[in-house]
Amino acid sequence: MAELSYRDAVAAAIAQEMERDERVVFLGEDIAGAGGVFKTTVGLLDRFGPRRVRDTPISELAILGAAMGAAMTGLRPIAEIMFSDFLACCWDYVANEIPKMRYMTNGQFTMPLVIRTANGAGSRFGAQHSQSVENWAMAIPGIKVVAPSNPADVKGLLAAAIRDPDPVLFFEHKSLYAMKGEVPDGEHVEPLGSAKVLRRGGDITIVALAAMVPRALQAAQILAAQHRIAATVVDLRSLVPLDTQTVLAETIRTGRLFTVEENPRLCGWGAEISSIVTEECFYDLDQPVVRITTPHIPLPAADALEDAVVPSVQRIVEEVLRAADFRPRSAHGL
Amino acid sequence: MSENTRKAPQAALPPETRLALYRLLVELRYTEKRAYDLFLQNLIKGTSHLALGQEAVAAGFGYAMQKDDYTFCTYRGHHHTLARGASMTGVLGELMGRECGLLAGKGGSMHLTSVEHGVMGSYAIVGSHLPIAAGAAWSAQYRGTRQAAVAFFGDGTTNIGAFHEAVNLAAVWKLPVVFVCENNLYMEYTPIRSVTAVEHPAADRAGAYGLPPIIVDGNDVEAVYRTALEVLGRARDGEGPSIVECKTYRHSGHSRADPAKYRPPQELQAWLERDPLPTYRRRLLADGVPEATLEAIERAVMAQVEQATETCKASPAPAIATAFTDLWADGGTAWRN
Repeated sequence: MAELSYRDAVAAAIAQEMERDERVVFLGEDIAGAGGVFKTTVGLLDRFGPRRVRDTPISELAILGAAMGAAMTGLRPIAEIMFSDFLACCWDYVANEIPKMRYMTNGQFTMPLVIRTANGAGSRFGAQHSQSVENWAMAIPGIKVVAPSNPADVKGLLAAAIRDPDPVLFFEHKSLYAMKGEVPDGEHVEPLGSAKVLRRGGDITIVALAAMVPRALQAAQILAAQHRIAATVVDLRSLVPLDTQTVLAETIRTGRLFTVEENPRLCGWGAEISSIVTEECFYDLDQPVVRITTPHIPLPAADALEDAVVPSVQRIVEEVLRAADFRPRSAHGL
Repeated sequence: MSENTRKAPQAALPPETRLALYRLLVELRYTEKRAYDLFLQNLIKGTSHLALGQEAVAAGFGYAMQKDDYTFCTYRGHHHTLARGASMTGVLGELMGRECGLLAGKGGSMHLTSVEHGVMGSYAIVGSHLPIAAGAAWSAQYRGTRQAAVAFFGDGTTNIGAFHEAVNLAAVWKLPVVFVCENNLYMEYTPIRSVTAVEHPAADRAGAYGLPPIIVDGNDVEAVYRTALEVLGRARDGEGPSIVECKTYRHSGHSRADPAKYRPPQELQAWLERDPLPTYRRRLLADGVPEATLEAIERAVMAQVEQATETCKASPAPAIATAFTDLWADGGTAWRN
């Protein structure tokens, strides 16, 4: 095991896959010479050369269009869209072209491409550079949606996304880039579409994604230490495919489900989880599902404001405690 | 090849090439007319964008392209799909929503695709396929295959961002791609000149990307064919992209819903007199091709169209299960476990 940052794990995954497969190519703005504006792709140009690691103009349509055309004709491109907010500039490709081509042509194409993008709050960049847009993406049939919460998953899930025959939208979280963690040595690939139980407790289940995962874990520690509430924490890791079996099993185990979402509230991913849980294990629930989300507002820039609206450790703890008439199952002898 | 340089005398094309071009024109015309008839019989539902009048662009380029070259076209793409060799049955069947359609009914008129013939999709969002064609050209360049990609689009496309992003990237990366504008004078229902800052919507923009302005008579199948050979050769030789503006005219409206009443009758009449099919027929006859040869081609193509129509009418609707296949590479549509 080596310790890597979340940031360095990105380059490690791309290098691992470019090394093993000549068809993998990489394009985006400032990704080659500059090594990425978040320094996630440092060293790739030197190692693989300008033929495979290509700087583009500020042309999001051209970036995703070119990636799509290359994927349809035998390559396995990785395209970087610098900030996830900019996906709106090339949404035609994300929503209309890339995910529908195989279906519309009755299977004449496969679309093995990855769109990497920096998502989420924490950098005080304001409403057009800090959004969490994973819920936009999961509404589209035909594109997989992945969002890792730690360096090992960045490497393993990004490698799997590059190998996947279907298009994958890979959301890296800006506020996690500096996070360090153990990453397995040698080739590391994690399957797409499996959630991970990071901690088990019998009282409540918290399902979280990306930057909300470390917060959920911290909240679980506080709940255990100060309130004698034992929490299970599930890292969803992928919204499409969605590992509903893990979510349902862990919800049934505790009877109480909390989702922690950074996306704005309306049609956030937790709403789908809540719907599935309500339809499929309603009689195992001891309380309504509680969604902890960013409110339905554009993100403000000032640190005080941004911190106030994105779910925090403290807010998670408070919401759990506020959940109506909360008594741990252990208090009932269950 | 600009209008000026085309004035130089050129050697005649070989007779077999001329007859092949004529046959293609006839195939595209007869199939498209049949599509129109089938609408009137309510056997084709949904929308459709006919290319009647614009066949010479598809025939000239389609015949000049090599088997493994890539075609990317718009929702007005029946003619380009046929010109690469896709079957009439596949095309008409798709329009009719039958099992025998190119896409088994899952795409429809605006998404005709036949990868085995190099038809890499018809795209219904204006301009979207230009960057995709650039990407296919990038792939060909990367793989070192000498393939070229050709993107066909209308005059209206030259005012959308994707056009400019695609041409710039292709020029900077010297990609083997040809951008072919079918300038039929109308952006849907609106005269292109009233919404465009320059006279020649594609050619006048070429200079902005370091490319020469190429304008060709899009109703002259031989002029299109010769230009296509030249720009495709340039692409294959690593000399980068080209923009070709073909001047042509739509005989019918923008789509099924449009009777095209906004066009001055004199304008329509003038362009009907330049209809690419009878024009070429007269030229071949004047050059000594026996009329019986042309009539034989016309009869054979009509028989093909009749046969395709009957096959499509006899083909069942797609099985409902087809709606639940091939979202993902594993063949299914599952999004959860």
